[in-house]
Amino acid sequence: MKKISDNDNAPRMRVPELSIQSQSVESSDEKIPVNIEPVEEPIVKEKTVTELLSLVFKKLFTSRRFIAICCWILTIVFIALTVFGLYVAQRLVMPKYQHGIVEGSMIEEYYQSGVPHEVLFLGDCEVYENISTVTLYENYGISSYIRGSAQQLTWQSYYLLEDTLRYETPDVVIFNVLALKYGEPQSESYNRMTLDGMEWSSTKWDAINASMTEGENMLDYIFPILRYHSRWSELTQTDFDCLWEKNRVTVNGYYMRADVNPEGEFPPAMPLTDYRLPEASMDYLARIAQLCRENDIELVLIKAPTLYPYWYEEWDSQVRRFANTNNIPYINYIYLRDQIGLDMTVDTYDAGLHLNVTGAEKWADYIGAYLVRNFELTDYREVPEVATIWDHDVEFYNNLRDAQLAEIEQYGELMSWGVNAIE
Amino acid sequence: MLFTSLKFVLFIVVLFVLYYTVAKHDQWPLLLVASLVFYYMQDYRFLLFIVITAVTAYILAIATENFAARRKAYLKEHKSEMDDTKKKKYKNTTKRVQALYLAIALLINLGILATTKYTNFIIENINALRSEPLSFANLIVPMGISFYTFQTVSYSIDVSRGTVKAQRNFWKFLLFVSFFPQLVQGPISRYGDLSQTLYEEHKFNYKEVSLGYIRILWGYFKKLVIADRLVVALKVLVSDSEMYQGGFVFIVMMLYAAQLYCDFTGGIDITIGIAQILGIKMAENFNLPYFSKNIKDYWNRWHITMGSWFTDYIFYPLSVSPTILKLSKWSRQHLGNAIGKRIPVYVACFCVWLTTGIWHGAAWHFVVWGLMNFAVIMISQELEPLYAKFHAKFGLKEKAGYKVFEIVRTFFLMSSLKLFDCYRDAGLTFKMFATMFYKPGFGSLGSSELLNLGLTSSDYIVAGIAIVIVFLVSLYKALKGRELREFLFEKYPLFLVACTVLVIVIAVFGAYGVGFDASQFIYNQF
Repeated sequence: MKKISDNDNAPRMRVPELSIQSQSVESSDEKIPVNIEPVEEPIVKEKTVTELLSLVFKKLFTSRRFIAICCWILTIVFIALTVFGLYVAQRLVMPKYQHGIVEGSMIEEYYQSGVPHEVLFLGDCEVYENISTVTLYENYGISSYIRGSAQQLTWQSYYLLEDTLRYETPDVVIFNVLALKYGEPQSESYNRMTLDGMEWSSTKWDAINASMTEGENMLDYIFPILRYHSRWSELTQTDFDCLWEKNRVTVNGYYMRADVNPEGEFPPAMPLTDYRLPEASMDYLARIAQLCRENDIELVLIKAPTLYPYWYEEWDSQVRRFANTNNIPYINYIYLRDQIGLDMTVDTYDAGLHLNVTGAEKWADYIGAYLVRNFELTDYREVPEVATIWDHDVEFYNNLRDAQLAEIEQYGELMSWGVNAIE
Repeated sequence: MLFTSLKFVLFIVVLFVLYYTVAKHDQWPLLLVASLVFYYMQDYRFLLFIVITAVTAYILAIATENFAARRKAYLKEHKSEMDDTKKKKYKNTTKRVQALYLAIALLINLGILATTKYTNFIIENINALRSEPLSFANLIVPMGISFYTFQTVSYSIDVSRGTVKAQRNFWKFLLFVSFFPQLVQGPISRYGDLSQTLYEEHKFNYKEVSLGYIRILWGYFKKLVIADRLVVALKVLVSDSEMYQGGFVFIVMMLYAAQLYCDFTGGIDITIGIAQILGIKMAENFNLPYFSKNIKDYWNRWHITMGSWFTDYIFYPLSVSPTILKLSKWSRQHLGNAIGKRIPVYVACFCVWLTTGIWHGAAWHFVVWGLMNFAVIMISQELEPLYAKFHAKFGLKEKAGYKVFEIVRTFFLMSSLKLFDCYRDAGLTFKMFATMFYKPGFGSLGSSELLNLGLTSSDYIVAGIAIVIVFLVSLYKALKGRELREFLFEKYPLFLVACTVLVIVIAVFGAYGVGFDASQFIYNQF
C-alpha cells in the first residue's frame, strides 16, 4: 500500500475522484465494471480525514457567514479605533493651560488630590491667588482645597460645591463674595477654564447650562473637539508633552506668585446706576447656603483684602444683610488688612490686584487662626497617612517658590510664570 | 438644521437605527415622518408650501390618469361605432381636457415657485422704471422649492404622457416630494427612478451601508475641509472688488471653481450616501465635470439631473412644438437648409439656457450667466467643422497632450463663466474679468496678500493637500472607470482605515465652528 504524504499534491488532488468512484462501486457494483483494486480504499480513507479537515476549514473561511462575521468584527474594531482616534485628537487640541495662563488647569487638579479636605474655598482669583493652603496646613494642620478659577461665577461655585460633595463633605465652606456682582454669564473663555476641567456628571451639565453665553452650545462641551479643532495649527510641544498627563500648576488649588510689584493708585470708583447685587447671583448664594445646611457644613462668607476691583459699600451691606438673615458669618478682610499684617508694598505681585506668596501666607495664617478658633477641625499633621501626602505638597510648594525666586534673581522678573510664559 | 451640523448627524444616526429596527413595511412611513420633521425644523411654514404642491400634483395626476383610462374604455366600447374622423375628433377633445389638468398642475406649482422666488425680482425691475417705487413683498422662500417643484412638474408631465403610473397613495407621493436628503440641494429626482427603491422594504445590506457611509464621509471631507475653508478667502476677495483686481480675479476664479465643486458635489455625496445607507438609489448628479473636453460634455457631467430635466421637459417639447416646426419650415425656405435647420435648435437651446439661468436665481447675473453658456455652446457648435478640419490636419484629436489641453481649456472656460455667480453682478463680472488682462499684476501677488484673506498658511496647505486628494480620487475614476471606494471595499481593512482617517481628518481639519461662519450649501438657496 502506498502511503501518500501530506506534502504530495498530486495524489491529494485525486482524492475526490477516487472517493466518487468508490461510491459508485458500492452503489452500482453489479452494473458497472470498475477496475479499481480494493487496496486503494485505505488510501482514500486516510486522505479523506486530512482532506476533510482542509475542506471544513476551506468551507468555513470562504462561507458568507464567516466572512460576514469577520467584517463585523473588523468594523467594530475600527469603530473603536475611530472613537479612540477622535479621543486622542480631542485631547491633543484641547488647551493645556500649562504656561502663562494656567487657570484652565485648576479645576481638574482637584480630582488628583489624595487627601481629605475639611475646609473648602470657593471663588475666583481673590481666593486661588490669595490664600496659601500650605500655610494653613503647616501652621494649623488644616487640610484645605481651593476650588477656584478665573472669574468664577457664583453659580459655578455652587455647582463646584455640588461636585465636591460627590467625593467628600468638608466641614467648612468659605465663599468669596466678589463674584456676586455678576448676574449673567460673562465670557466663553472663562467658562471654559472653569467647566472643561469638571468631571462629567449631572452637576457639570447643570453648570454648563447655567453658564453658557450666547453662541455657546452644550454639544461643544460634550465633544470639545468641535470647539477646539481649529487649534491644530497652533499646537506646541506642550500639547504633545501633556497629552496624557498635565503638570501640576497649583498647590491644593493655590496658585503661587513670588514676584513683587507694590500696590499703586487705583482709578476712582465709578458710580453705578444700580447698586443692587443681581438676583441670579444672590439666588445661587442662597442655594449654596441651603446646600451647606443640608450637608451640615458651616458656611463662611468672606471678601478678600484686596481693594481692586472695587467692592462697594452698598454691596457689602447687602451681603451682610443676607449673612445676618441666614445666620452665616461674613468677614470683609478689606477692613482687617492691618490686623493681617499685609504690607502692600511687598505682599502683592501685580500692583495690588492679587497677593503674592508672602501676602497669601499672611492672610492664610490669619484665616487659619479664625478657623481653629471657631470650628473643630482635625490637625492633619497628626494623621500620618494624610501628613505624608501633605509633606509632598509642602515640598512641591517650597521648590516652586525657590524656582520662582531664582528666576527673579536671575532675570529681575518671572520668565516661566505669568505673562512672559504665555506660549 | 444644516447638513454640516452635529444635530443633523445625530438625526441621521437615530433615523438609521430606527429604519432597520422597525418592521420593513414601516420603513417608508418612517422616512416620511423624518422628512416632515426635517422640513419642519427648518421652518414650520415651509410645510404648508410643500403640502400644497404635493396635494395639487397628486390630485391632478390621478384625475389625468382616470380620465385617460375612461377615454381608453370609451374608445374600446365604441370602437365599432366610430370611424377614424370621429376617433380623431374625440381624441383631440379629450387631449385638451388632459392638457387642462396638466396646465392647472403646472400653473399652481410653478406659480408658487414664481411667486415666492421671483416677485421681488419683478418688483425690483419695475421700480427701476418707475419714479414711485413699489414696496417689496415680505415672502418666505421655502428651502429646496426649486428642486421639489421641478420633481412634481416632471411627475405631472410624465403621468400626463403616460410614461409613469400615478401614485394612488398620497402619503407615498408626499414622501417622493419631501424626501429630506434631496431637499437641501437636489438632485432633481424623477418619480419613475426614485419610486423603484423609495417604497421598497429594505434589508440591512452591509455593502450598500458601507459604501453609503464612506460616501457621506467623502462629502463632508469636500464640504468641510475644502469648500468651507476657501469660502472665507472668497468672501474677502469678492467683497472688495476695487482692491482685489487683476491677478486676484484669477485667484477668485480658481478658488471658486474648487469651492463650488467641493460644496456642490460634497452635498450631493452626502445626499446620495444617506439614501444609499437606507437602501434607496438616487440619480447621480456629477460625473467628473472638470475632466470635460468641451462645454457640451461639461453640461452632461455637471448637475446632470438638472440638465436632463431641461432637456426632457423644455428642449424636446419645444423642438417639436408647432411654433418651432413652423419656424423651422420658414427658415429653411427663406434662409436655406444650412442655417434653416439650425435656427429651431438654437431657439430651443436659447429658451433652455434662459430658463436655466432664471431657475438658478432671481437676478440678472444668472440670466446673463445662462445666456453666456448658450452663446459659448452655439459658438462651439458653429466652429465644430473648423475644429474638425484642424484636428484632421494636425492629427491632434488622439494625442494625450491635446486631450489634456482640451480639459484645461474647458476648465478655464467654465471657471470664467462661474465668475457671474461669484460676483453676483453681470457688469462687475465683465469688468473684473477684464482686469485680469489689462492690469494683471500677478507679480505683486505675494504670500502676504494671500495671508490677508482670512486664511492662515496652514489653511492653504490643508486646502491644497485636500484638493490634490480630491483630484487623485477623481483621476482614479477617470482612469479605472469606477469609484475608488468600490476598490477600497474589496480590500476591506483598507476601507475601514480610510473611514477612520476620514472621520478624524474631518473632525480636526474641518472648517467649522468658531472662526468659520457656518456656510450653507450653495445650492441650498434654490
